[in-house]
Amino acid sequence: MLNYIWSGLIILSIICAMIFGNTQELSTALLNSGTSSIELLMKMAGIMCLWSGIMKIAEESGFTSMIAKLFSPLLRPLFPRLKKDSPAFKCITMNISANLLGLGNAATPFGLKAMEHLHTLNGRRDTASNEMVIFVVMNTASLQLIPTTIATLRQAYGSTDPFNIIVPVWISSATALAVALIIAFSLNLKK
Amino acid sequence: MELIMPIFASVVVIFGLVRRVPVFDIFLKGAKEGIQLLYNIAPTIIGLVFAVDLLKSSGAIDRLCTMAAPIAEYMGFPKEIVPMVLLRPISGSGATALLTSLYETSGPDSFAGRVASVLAGASETTFYAIAMYYGSIKVEKIRHTLIAALAADFTAFVMSVITIRVFG
Repeated sequence: MLNYIWSGLIILSIICAMIFGNTQELSTALLNSGTSSIELLMKMAGIMCLWSGIMKIAEESGFTSMIAKLFSPLLRPLFPRLKKDSPAFKCITMNISANLLGLGNAATPFGLKAMEHLHTLNGRRDTASNEMVIFVVMNTASLQLIPTTIATLRQAYGSTDPFNIIVPVWISSATALAVALIIAFSLNLKK
Repeated sequence: MELIMPIFASVVVIFGLVRRVPVFDIFLKGAKEGIQLLYNIAPTIIGLVFAVDLLKSSGAIDRLCTMAAPIAEYMGFPKEIVPMVLLRPISGSGATALLTSLYETSGPDSFAGRVASVLAGASETTFYAIAMYYGSIKVEKIRHTLIAALAADFTAFVMSVITIRVFG
């Protein structure tokens, strides 16, 4: 599927650039995108190392097990096939709780670790397991208690009440998550 | 709010000290794993940034916006947020750039400004997350992940308009 999406994006871009006469912009983008992606990776490198290190301390000290126990009642029903003390479930709870706290940077290494653990439990090497689908879908819906980035931006641009969007954000993201989970679960059953 | 990150990090480190874990040694072990994780996702990121950059430069999104704007307006959605709705799933930095320019032109407290704020807070860079998580473990058949994730994005968009209309 990712093969088709990726090649589809590229073919669509080239065709549209030719139709709309943006070939000059396209070739500039083609030449510059290597640099911009490496810049992105360099920015991520420090963050990934730092938070992977902190995460390791959390793991070895039993901090993650504690958080896992705390969130277990909420997350267990979503991953019924995972054992409560399995590394996959611990990483998932840490990822979700980091996301809730707005620690997106810290959440990513936990998420990647969770995928690794889920992959070892998965029988089929090239196909997503039910747990993977649920977990990735949860990560594509925005779970955040306080939308700090948006509030900061709103304040910077002169909003009189930067946080007055908070209740609409909660309702919207909770509804979005619910819709995504319902679809993911019903299609998980179908197989 | 800026304090959450440092507090979280120090709580973990102090917890480690209390439990008599060799914190710095463990940190180094973890940081090394971080390099490995980055190494695993690097090709995916480069490939995805490439495709998204091409799409943005091709003018396809601008054209789609001009086509979708009248439909959005007819349905009671502010047409200023259409570009953001379309860009949000593929590019986080692109969507933020659109958000700030919307704040500049319409103001953060305008109807469009508030709807865009809610949309930005209630959705994620879907394609990026999917490609990164599945790319890191080289799983190609993602089954219904994309459909469910895009349904979430669409719901977030509709709900952002509804909630702002209801809550003012």
